[in-house]
Amino acid sequence: MAGATQPGPPASGRPGNGPNAGWKPVAPALADAARYGLIAGALAFPILALRAEPDFSNKLVLQPRWSWMLFAALGAFLIRLVFALAPARAARPKPTAAEAPSAGARTATKAFAAFGLGIIVAWPFIVLLTLGPSGALKWIDNYGIQILIYVMLGWGLNIVVGLAGLLDLGYVAFYAVGAYAYALLATNYGVSFWLCLPLAGILAAFWGILLGFPVLRLRGDYLAIVTLAFGEIIRVVLVNFSALTNGDAGIASIPRVTFFGLPFVAGPKGFAAWFGIPFSPIHRVVFLYYLILILALVTNLVTLRLRRLPIGRAWEALREDEIACRSLGLDTTKIKLTAFSLGAMFGGFAGAFFAVRQGFVSPSSFNFVESATILAIVVLGGRGSQIGVAAAAIAIVGGSELLRELDFLKQVFGDNFDPTQYRMLLVGLAMVVMMNWRPRGFVSSRSPTIFLGERRAISADLVQEGRG
Amino acid sequence: MEVFLQQLINGLTLGSIYGLIAIGYTMVFGIIGMVNFAHGDVFMLSAFIALILFLALQQFLGIDALGASFVVVMIVSMALTGLWNFVIERLAYRRLRGSFRLAPLISAIGMSIFLSNFVYVAQGPRNKSAPPMFGEVIKLTSGGSYDVTLSYKQILIVVVTIVLLAAFWFVVQKTPLGRAQRACEQDAKMAALLGIDVNRTIAATFVIGAALAAVAGVLYMLYYGVVNAADGFVPGVKAFTAAVLGGIGSIPGAVLGGLLIGLIETFWSAYFSADYKDVAAFSILAITLIFMPTGLLGRPEVEKV
Repeated sequence: MAGATQPGPPASGRPGNGPNAGWKPVAPALADAARYGLIAGALAFPILALRAEPDFSNKLVLQPRWSWMLFAALGAFLIRLVFALAPARAARPKPTAAEAPSAGARTATKAFAAFGLGIIVAWPFIVLLTLGPSGALKWIDNYGIQILIYVMLGWGLNIVVGLAGLLDLGYVAFYAVGAYAYALLATNYGVSFWLCLPLAGILAAFWGILLGFPVLRLRGDYLAIVTLAFGEIIRVVLVNFSALTNGDAGIASIPRVTFFGLPFVAGPKGFAAWFGIPFSPIHRVVFLYYLILILALVTNLVTLRLRRLPIGRAWEALREDEIACRSLGLDTTKIKLTAFSLGAMFGGFAGAFFAVRQGFVSPSSFNFVESATILAIVVLGGRGSQIGVAAAAIAIVGGSELLRELDFLKQVFGDNFDPTQYRMLLVGLAMVVMMNWRPRGFVSSRSPTIFLGERRAISADLVQEGRG
Repeated sequence: MEVFLQQLINGLTLGSIYGLIAIGYTMVFGIIGMVNFAHGDVFMLSAFIALILFLALQQFLGIDALGASFVVVMIVSMALTGLWNFVIERLAYRRLRGSFRLAPLISAIGMSIFLSNFVYVAQGPRNKSAPPMFGEVIKLTSGGSYDVTLSYKQILIVVVTIVLLAAFWFVVQKTPLGRAQRACEQDAKMAALLGIDVNRTIAATFVIGAALAAVAGVLYMLYYGVVNAADGFVPGVKAFTAAVLGGIGSIPGAVLGGLLIGLIETFWSAYFSADYKDVAAFSILAITLIFMPTGLLGRPEVEKV
């Protein structure tokens, strides 16, 4: 803002700085781009250009689509050309000291957070007033509840990955434990949701400790792979232990959520009749929205408070350097197990909520892709940053819901074009790009919990992460 | 006895495929200390490339001689898969080499998701059944309760694996490239000081790993006759298990681990429960990493402060 009006020498190498200043010669750039185009074409040759489809006798027949290959080659050529021609950016100077954010910036951040929270709290009513009850259902359910579940899962995993620095690729196992705990207890013994919710959290935390114990000695990528293996084992058991879990078919007709005992039904005993308002299915959705909002906010609050306790500080110490942590006499076993079990507990809460919202659980909801999505949310948001994780959840989940809306693209690409199948493709690409571009996520600066005098944000370039 | 013999044959065949994939994991881990999570999906991609090439030879060029098309498909898919992995390394991993430890792993997970969904989008979600090839079988025993058979496919898989491992062994032990690789594995900085182009050596490692995975992909496609875009994940984890079991970083260990995992999986399915065969593989992975992180032939990791 201030820099734009400030007089002074323009930064060298900018395109506006005289004709062609800083631009590279065209011929080598063209040759370079042509090379990239050729490589992209070769990569695309069998897999994109020829599609194997079964014909009537179930024999595979190749359908040529040479245009796709051409597009891939052309795309790589153009992207590379732009990069090769673009003027070199001046290297960013490394910050030398922690910069204290100005008071104005801090109040702006606070105001923004409060504004965002206000929007989220008022969201069902904003939508209801603008679209009416029938139109609002989708926006509260798909965009509100769905995103908030992932915000909560992201915050839960953030304790393990973001604070304690333990890469957990099997987080979805705890989500599954919570969901199945509620589904089984409610369908077999008729236990109410409000009793099951804490039970699901406790069970998931218990599983967190159980799975956490054997992996205590492991670090970094080995830990990641073993947690992945545990997640898959739990899923395979859920598929095959049919006597208890009903296998792939899953558990259906799980009791729906009640308003502290009042079911959301049309009859005289329902929620609407008790309050004397006309029955509408939207009541249940709005209630679910606020329920998950409260659960997510509790997760956030607990995490923020825990960070100030010795245990939270120990988590962050473990993330920065495990060896230093041990040599200072911290009990890494305790630190890791608490992180694992607390993260798992919130996963269990979210799981119970998932079961009561869907009314149906099956193992296919708890596969590795789900774990990877939650991990992507934490990674893109910036490990350790609560607001970054929430932003990433909105971007990834909201973005993939938005892909469903892009029906007009069918007119461009033909009727077979289904934007939703690109969802995970884009998530994977986003993870790669994010790691290469900003390895520390949207919110990369760290603000220490303990500080002398005034709080300073530490730029990501200054943070040296230890091994572990 | 017949069942045992049959499962031994099946297990060795499957184990050869796992061993070929495991080499890619173990070499990359040895040289840059990173779990190349996308390797299983590179393997799956190569199976698709092989399938499409087979069909293209049949339908566009009218080549039906299996032997000839097998050799062509093998070479072209090795080259193309190598190119894929070269590009992947260049775009997704190279910049992250000096970054914090988990960055390359997360990037590799993203790449794995990207690759499987790329194939899913490009080729569709359905299983692709390959045309039957090398279907003949030899009966080893007959008259007992059960005929033990050895199919041409199985012979082909084991022979191709042995030939390629021999060629690969020669490259690693006798050529300048192999020497450079071993040097980088021991100490990349020192190797660079002595004039070895470390970046090129690492790129070559990725290309060779992918080429071996491509061989495994072609053989897998032949053996099962069906490929699917989701097929990279489980064989990838099993091959990684093989690499860990054999001692990650050790190339003979990867082959040994592959054979062991193949045998364990087939015997487990035959004698216990086929439903839980993946649980067996995953449990071995967890148990090995927890109790024996150096594996069978690996070197102990020294913790430097």
